[in-house]
Amino acid sequence: MNTKYLRNRLLAGAAALGLLAASAAQAEDTIKVGVLHSLSGTMAISETTLKDTILMMIDEQNKKGGLLGKKLEAVVVDPASNWPLFAEKASELLEKDKVAVVFGCWTSVSRKSVLPVFEKDDGLLFYPVQYEGEESSRNVIYTGAAPNQQAIPAVDYLMKEIKVKRWVLEGTDYVYPRTTNKILEAYLKAKGVKPEDIMINYTPFGFSDWQSEVAKIKQFGSAGKKTAVVSTINGDANVPFYKELGNQKISAEDNPVVAYSVGEEELSGVDTKPLVGHLAAWNYFESIKTPANDAFIKQWHEFIKNPKRTTTDPMEAHYIGFNLWVKAVEKAGTTNTDKVIDALPGLETPNLTGGMAKLLPNHHITKPVYIGEIRDDGQFDVVWQTKGTVPGDAWSDYLPGSKDIEADWVTLKCGNYNTVTKKCAGQNF
Amino acid sequence: MLLVLLALCLLWMSTARADDAAPLPVDFPGLVAALPQADFAAKQAIVTRMTELHVPQARVLLAAWLDNRLESRRSDGKVFVVEEHDGTLVLVDPFDGKGAGEGAADDFERVRSNNALRKLLKVSIAQFDLKDPDPRVRAAAVRQMRRDLDEDTVTALRAALTQEKDGRAQHEIRVALAVSDLGAGDAAVRLAAVRALDGETAADVYNALKPLAQDSGTESDASMRAAAIGAVRHIEVWRNFYEALETLFFGLSLGSVLVLAAIGLAITFGVMGVINMAHGELMMLGAYTAYVMQQLMPHHVGAALLLSVPAAFLVSGLAGVAIERTVVRYLYGRPLETLLATFGLSLIMQQLVRSVFSPLNRSVATPEWMSGLWQVNDLFSLTWNRVYILVFSLVVFLLLVLILNRTPLGLKVRAVAQNRGMARAMGVRTERVDALTFGLGSGIAGVAGVALSQLTNVGPNLGQSYIVDSFMVVVFGGVGNLWGTLISGMGLGVVNKLLEPYAGAVIAKILVLVFLIMFIQRRPRGLFPQKGRAAEGT
Repeated sequence: MNTKYLRNRLLAGAAALGLLAASAAQAEDTIKVGVLHSLSGTMAISETTLKDTILMMIDEQNKKGGLLGKKLEAVVVDPASNWPLFAEKASELLEKDKVAVVFGCWTSVSRKSVLPVFEKDDGLLFYPVQYEGEESSRNVIYTGAAPNQQAIPAVDYLMKEIKVKRWVLEGTDYVYPRTTNKILEAYLKAKGVKPEDIMINYTPFGFSDWQSEVAKIKQFGSAGKKTAVVSTINGDANVPFYKELGNQKISAEDNPVVAYSVGEEELSGVDTKPLVGHLAAWNYFESIKTPANDAFIKQWHEFIKNPKRTTTDPMEAHYIGFNLWVKAVEKAGTTNTDKVIDALPGLETPNLTGGMAKLLPNHHITKPVYIGEIRDDGQFDVVWQTKGTVPGDAWSDYLPGSKDIEADWVTLKCGNYNTVTKKCAGQNF
Repeated sequence: MLLVLLALCLLWMSTARADDAAPLPVDFPGLVAALPQADFAAKQAIVTRMTELHVPQARVLLAAWLDNRLESRRSDGKVFVVEEHDGTLVLVDPFDGKGAGEGAADDFERVRSNNALRKLLKVSIAQFDLKDPDPRVRAAAVRQMRRDLDEDTVTALRAALTQEKDGRAQHEIRVALAVSDLGAGDAAVRLAAVRALDGETAADVYNALKPLAQDSGTESDASMRAAAIGAVRHIEVWRNFYEALETLFFGLSLGSVLVLAAIGLAITFGVMGVINMAHGELMMLGAYTAYVMQQLMPHHVGAALLLSVPAAFLVSGLAGVAIERTVVRYLYGRPLETLLATFGLSLIMQQLVRSVFSPLNRSVATPEWMSGLWQVNDLFSLTWNRVYILVFSLVVFLLLVLILNRTPLGLKVRAVAQNRGMARAMGVRTERVDALTFGLGSGIAGVAGVALSQLTNVGPNLGQSYIVDSFMVVVFGGVGNLWGTLISGMGLGVVNKLLEPYAGAVIAKILVLVFLIMFIQRRPRGLFPQKGRAAEGT
């Protein structure tokens, strides 16, 4: 009895050891990919889609045989739309799970929150959303648009094609709209727009009583000069805003509104009738017909098992980012962060809508810019696009503080090199 | 090799060019047939040609196009004016205006338009409407044409003036011609134009006169300028007046939303003294009821919305009774515990809605009669949805006052609120009255939610954004006083909107809150404190 018990114990122990060894071996056989997107809280609406996009890309890569002969393994964490929690989850990914790369963040404040973690632990983050610029970190690859790849071309379109003379810059009160509007104001003034022809307005998050704001826009726009509204209004405040525009009969033909944060996903839960004809500026639209885009949409619908789901600009950014990372790992022959970061600049991968996305030394990429008119089915008709792609500029040329600053991680090895004083500021972001 | 490529290239370009210049069909049927294949530039040419041809059927076709009701059949490319019912299209032949049967929406492709094209369509339709038998349509057409006057439209208008019999349409044409005459070479013509425009208030007239009235302006003639200054001043007086009126309306309309949100709370918190943190979620339930009703009757948007008012009252009211019976009744007299328990309930209800309806916002459609603008005159207009909600909130308020003051239930509610022990001694079943009162307050919250579904996003967080405002209104108005709630809600709305143009939306809100804090410091019982014995118990 006793011996039998002992033998059993020994056997069990051996089995446990064996299992442990096996799991360790398996862990070595996979490359871990961190996914840092909010799956709960206010940002879950937008960020869950991006988590699914990365899972789809990993799935596809594994079907192709993985990377460097190993399978990819996703490590998904939920920072719950809580900015400090982003930093905690980031260090968990980097220090505990030892992921090779992280795809994540949506809002600028979450990115700012994880930056110190990525620089301290020498991680690598792919950030997929259009943002306000004024940043370039060695450990971050910005696959969304910088202001010169979305905000400025859209204003150019309105100025040249629609002959807009008066401008309303309407935004939600936080860092992205404030910085973008600062850049746009400087840009418009540089183009000879008089200060009295620019009106800047901010409203709180989730604002819903738009009547006096819209009446103000209406009055501002009735001065006999063509007036456009540049909207950096974020999130669900957009719905009552467009509703009020429709109710007060501000038509897209007279006062077009060009939005920087309204895409297919945002329009999918909205009555689009009052929005038809208003504009949005993005680097990708689902409605653009290319074989690559068709294939991507088909793949997405099959993966998510819902043919009604839309594809959006930040999803394309993740698609590009993932492909760039795969190429860099293949080129470097390792997932070592330093080697991958060195291998990344100069790599190219095709966009979904044609042209190539090339990673520049400032860790931004080249992108085409499209202006689309909203259709009644929630999709966009492209009415204008840039000739070729536009290289992303980390530091705006139109702000006095940043026009002398350059980011170059290849030759200068610096994210904020001042070309006048010839110094690299110590601060990295 | 290069040369061959170049030649090929040139050849391709020339064929492309030839395609571009494909001659436009000359007759109306040909133009219609060309529509489905045309790009936006070609469509513009087609619209222009149709206007020139002036076929009466073209008016119907263009208007349908502007309305997004023009579709082409995939199988044969034939174009129809359509009316959609339940995913099937009722087809109308654009040539004879007769019905052409029905078709499935999937078999048709919409003839699309863009901004430039829609603008052109509006102008073209106006040209047709200039000969419409209805004088109001003619006047509206002139107004549309006035927006961008060029030589062609001015000649068309001059011709129309000679034919015009109707006074109002004549007047519109004269104004349009005077606006164009402001740029005439002859000083006498200009002066006559300015005189003709004196008393007009439209924005485009103002914009046309304004440069003439300025010192550094384009007008050199002194008497001209004096006349222009007079006319401009005239408009400005009216403008300021209507702007003030508009601000007042905006304030009242914001106030009506606040009153609607707070009025249910005025019952549960004001009369019963229960701090119900789940009040916002009861409104959210009402808004979701409106959504569900619309899903149930997708083709009767307006009727669904009207029906959802009683439905939301029932849903939220029953939810309220359930909350009272299961949670609140064990916590009477323990405000802190009530606050925590109802706050917990609010979180549960939010998560419930997230699980059932998804965390995404749901869209509640606005019925036709609630969208758009009531253009009172050139300078003053009100949005219909706000007008309806203002009226609606007053009706709800009055009903509630009637219920409280004129019904047996109201009598019992007041009796229990004033002296529970005495009411019970008189034979009032206080427990039942508590449940009913709580249900009434909650039901009103649900009704408010239906109104909110027309103004804001219907999502799990809807309630959160209104709960603070609701408490603010009730406390400011004086706890337990319905009229106080009405006045404080309206007052706060108007003050907010008065401040907004000067301070901006963010600062205005802060200023209102600072004012409130200071006010409550001075008068802790709000604007209209309860007097007498009733106040002692609270």
